[in-house]
Order: sequence, then structure tokens, then C-alpha cells
Amino acid sequence: MPGTVRILVNGRSCDVPADVSLAAALLNAGHAAFRRSVAGEPRGPVCGMGTCHECRVTIDGVMGRRACLEPVREGMQVVLDA
Amino acid sequence: MPDAGASTMRADIVVVGAGPAGIAAAVAASGAGRTVVVLDASPRPGGQVWRHRDRASLPSVARMWLDRLDRSGATVLCGAQVVDAGPGARIGAEYQGRALKVEAQAVILATGAQELLLPFPGWTLPGVLGVGGAQALLKAGMDVRGKRVAVAGTGPLLLPVAAALAKAGADLRMVAEQAPPEDVRRFAVSLWRTPRRLLQGVAYRASFLSVRYRWGTWVRRVAEMGGELIVTYTTGRSSWAEPVDLLCTAAGLVPSTELARLVGCEVREGQVVVDGRQQTTVPSYYAAGEPTGDTGMEAALVEGTIAGLEAAGRGSGEAGKLKAERAAHRRFAARAAAAFRLRPELRERVEPDTIVCRCEDVPMSAIRHGWSGRQAKLATRAGMGSCQGRTCGAALEYLVGMARDTVRTPLAPTSIGVLADLASHLDESQGAS
Ligand SMILES: Cc1cc2nc3c(=O)[nH]c(=O)nc-3n(C[C@H](O)[C@H](O)[C@H](O)COP(=O)(O)OP(=O)(O)OC[C@H]3O[C@@H](n4cnc5c(N)ncnc54)[C@H](O)[C@@H]3O)c2cc1C
Ligand code: FES
Repeated sequence: MPGTVRILVNGRSCDVPADVSLAAALLNAGHAAFRRSVAGEPRGPVCGMGTCHECRVTIDGVMGRRACLEPVREGMQVVLDA
Repeated sequence: MPDAGASTMRADIVVVGAGPAGIAAAVAASGAGRTVVVLDASPRPGGQVWRHRDRASLPSVARMWLDRLDRSGATVLCGAQVVDAGPGARIGAEYQGRALKVEAQAVILATGAQELLLPFPGWTLPGVLGVGGAQALLKAGMDVRGKRVAVAGTGPLLLPVAAALAKAGADLRMVAEQAPPEDVRRFAVSLWRTPRRLLQGVAYRASFLSVRYRWGTWVRRVAEMGGELIVTYTTGRSSWAEPVDLLCTAAGLVPSTELARLVGCEVREGQVVVDGRQQTTVPSYYAAGEPTGDTGMEAALVEGTIAGLEAAGRGSGEAGKLKAERAAHRRFAARAAAAFRLRPELRERVEPDTIVCRCEDVPMSAIRHGWSGRQAKLATRAGMGSCQGRTCGAALEYLVGMARDTVRTPLAPTSIGVLADLASHLDESQGAS
């Protein structure tokens, strides 16, 4: 089994397996919606491969990162806009 | 060896995409003595079919190819998103937050396919995933244990995804294939020509035997109610609704052609045009695997090998034998495409207030028939958002025959700093413009 890493999601710490993608980690933590659309609708990941851009989150202060392409990292600070 | 530390690399051949096609291309070109750089946006090589967290869990054919790639001497950079490309085999990427420029003699585009996601009422709700999308998220660690899941789509990808969900502990409620029973049956019968594929299909089906698997059934709409997704299925004659936690739905795969279109390769009916050597219509650019429309892992391996050998200038010997294999894969792809062609009713699901462009929340009612992709962008912002029309462009092309707008850089959002660094690189090759 891989170890776990601790990530921060909207300021709350969350221990997740070290080998999952950030999108999987967020879904597993119960976040179905990752962002709000321009009209304010909740949206979550769809394609899992970087195409749809619905999984965009802010990572370590950088906006618009696709969570499905990001491996989780110890201390990663994630902000969901949903 | 190219210098992996610098932000400018030189190699004989650069391969974009580390799926089966890209891996085979890199192995073949390295084996022919060329220096090769492979770039892939994903965290690990393998592409869609061999996406993994733990290599030991992969089938032996996947491990064999990944080991070959390791030993090939090719420089493999994962997490490298290609955002720009220009004439003269120059590639611009974002890698570890910085600009990475690669200069080569030849480029092999092995960028794979994406799902065709068609709008219907409710398709933007969280919990509505693609079919391949569910597979990709599962492979990346999504936990589906005990979740009520429905799979609705089309084509050969449905069965492996349903099987994977069942194996991962999902409470699979429905597997729906939109194609009519006659067509699916005819396709299944045609599989006697490729017994291996037939057996594989039977094995997948056996892994979720207790679950309903319906042909000629598709999703009409989905709504959210009290934390559940209420899915309305239809056969055209009857409709009924059932609750699930996750709905995995798509309308099959379409080639990813953004990079090919950006460099000006001819794309016909959504597929990159290549000659017998896998060469595109742009000099020094080759394409292999899904972008050429030849679907599946085996076809990707064959085309990748041919492209790698040809790009390395060693096409005459070994590549000759492979071309017969490629022809067989193309016949299979054509049979599958005919059997799983999309029924017209999928078009009729979209309603005036259904969002078509998810990035800019543009409803169908804002789109005029007869517009080009460019006109739609200017009038409604459809296709102007973060994904640059990747989802709505493919959907509107299918729904109303809208011509795709030209591709612009960067192919994926990146920082101003990276863009500025890359702009100078590509301008050098394009002259002042
Ligand atoms: C979401 C999805 C899931 C699938 N799951 C399965 C499955 O479980 N089993 C199966 O048999 N088939 C699956 N398929 C079908 C799959 O397309 C083929 O089986 C096979 O993987 C095709 O190989 P390929 O090398 O042509 O492309 P792919 O395997 O798709 O590889 C293409 C690679 O290119 C990379 N790439 C694309 N554009 C860029 C860019 N601009 N910059 C950097 N990298 C880039 C991608 O990250 C990807 O790794 C799936 C397809 C999709 C779309
Ligand atoms: S889920 Fe589609 S881009 Fe991440």
C-alpha cells in the first residue's frame, strides 16, 4: 500500500492515499462539485483526462489547474470554488 | 542525449502522447538510433488504456511496453502539457510550471482520443461523468464502492468500463448501449474473425452478469433530487426513471486533433489525414493511434511503430510487415464505426435551455443553425472558455454540423510567463509575424 499525504482543502486538512489524482481525492472526500460555472451552477469532473476543464481548482494559489491531471502532494493547498 | 534539465531541449524526434501509439513510436525510433523526447500531460506514461497508479496491476502487455520504453533511452517527460507547435518540428510545452521548448527533426502526434460528450438536459450536473471519464477517474483512485452507478453510451468501450466499475465494488444498475440490437448483434457475429476480441467481450460481460445490459437504450435526461441523480432512460417506445449516484455517459470517442489542426495538418471527417508512412500533410509531422481514426490499443501500437520507424528513416524493412496488420485493424475500426453509429434521437435530446458550452454557460437557444464555430464564438462566447471549445466544438459539429473554428495557442491555459517564453521560440521558426 502506498502511504498517505496530507492536503488542505478549503483550509481543512485531509489525509489521502499518496498515489491518487487530486480529482479522485476530492471526489472521495465527498466533493462532487469542484467549481461554480459563470452562471453559478455547481460543476465537477467529467472526462478525467484534461479535456473538459470542469475540474478546475486553485492549487497553491494558482487558479484554473485541472485536478484530474495533478497527482496529490504533501501540503498541497486546494481551494474549491463551489 | 537531450538535456532534461534545460528549458530548451534538442532531439531527433519528439513524440506527443505516451499512450500505446506514442510508446511504440518512441521505442521504434530509439531502437533505430534516434534521440527521442516524449511529452505527456498525464502524471505517468500509458495513455488511456494503460492509465495506472501501480504498474504491477497492469496486464502483461502493458508492462512489457512500459519496460521497453524505460529501456529505450528516450527521455520521457510526464506532466508536460504541449500548448504550442510550429513548423520545423518545434514544440512548446508547460513543464513543472515553466516553459519547455523542444526542437527536433520530426514530430509524432500520438495525442489519442477524447469522448464525444453530447448535451442533454442535466448533463452538466456533478456526478454525470463520461464513460471513459469514469474509467480514467477510477484508475486515478476514485472510490465507487457501494455507489449506484449507471453506464450509458456506445461502442466497444462500454463493456470494459462496466466490468471495471463492477470489479471496483460499484453497485452497477444499468449498462445501456444506444445502438439498435440488430446492429450490435451483427457486430458481435462479425467478431468470429477476431476470436480474441470476442472472448474478451464475453469475459467482460461475465464480470457483471447480474446487471441489466440493454441494447437500443439511451439516456433522455437526468435531474438532481435530494442528492440523487434521477436518470430517465428511453428506448424510443418507452421511458422510465431510476435513481443513481453516478451516471457515466458519452457518445463514443472522437480523435483529439487540436495539435494537428494547430500546425495545419489536413483533418478530414474529424481524422488526421496520413499517408502509408503515417506522415501528415505537414512536412516532418507524423500521426499515429486514435488521431488517425483507427481505434484501440492494438492499432495504436502498430501505427506508432510504423511512425517511429518512418520518422527515423528506417521505414522500408520492418514497417512493411506492419502495414498488413494495420490494414486489418482499419477493417475492424470500420466495422465498429458502422455498428455503433449514433442514432439521430441523441441529437433531439437537447432543449433550448440546455447548456451547450459548459465553460461559458451558453444555452442551445443562443446558437443559430448555419453559424460557423467562429461566428458562434463572436456572438455567444461559445468555445471561448477555458477548454477552448474542445467539448462544445465536437458536440456542435455533431448536433448542427457547425464547422470548427481554427485552433489557437495556448492549447491549454498556462501562465503569461510561460506564454511569453514560448512565443519567442515559435516566432523564430515562423519569421516575424
Ligand atoms: C477517457 C478514455 C478512457 C479510455 N479507457 C480505455 C480503456 O479502459 N480500455 C481500452 O481498451 N481503451 C480505452 N480507451 C480507448 C483508448 O483511446 C485506446 O484504447 C488507446 O489508449 C489509444 O491509444 P493512443 O496511444 O492512440 O492514445 P491514448 O492512450 O489516448 O494516449 C494519448 C496521450 O496523449 C496525451 N496528450 C494528448 N494531447 C496532449 C498534449 N497537448 N500535451 C501533452 N500530452 C497530450 C494524453 O495525455 C494521453 O496520455 C479510452 C479512451 C478515453 C478517451
Ligand atoms: S475532469 Fe475533465 S479536465 Fe479534469
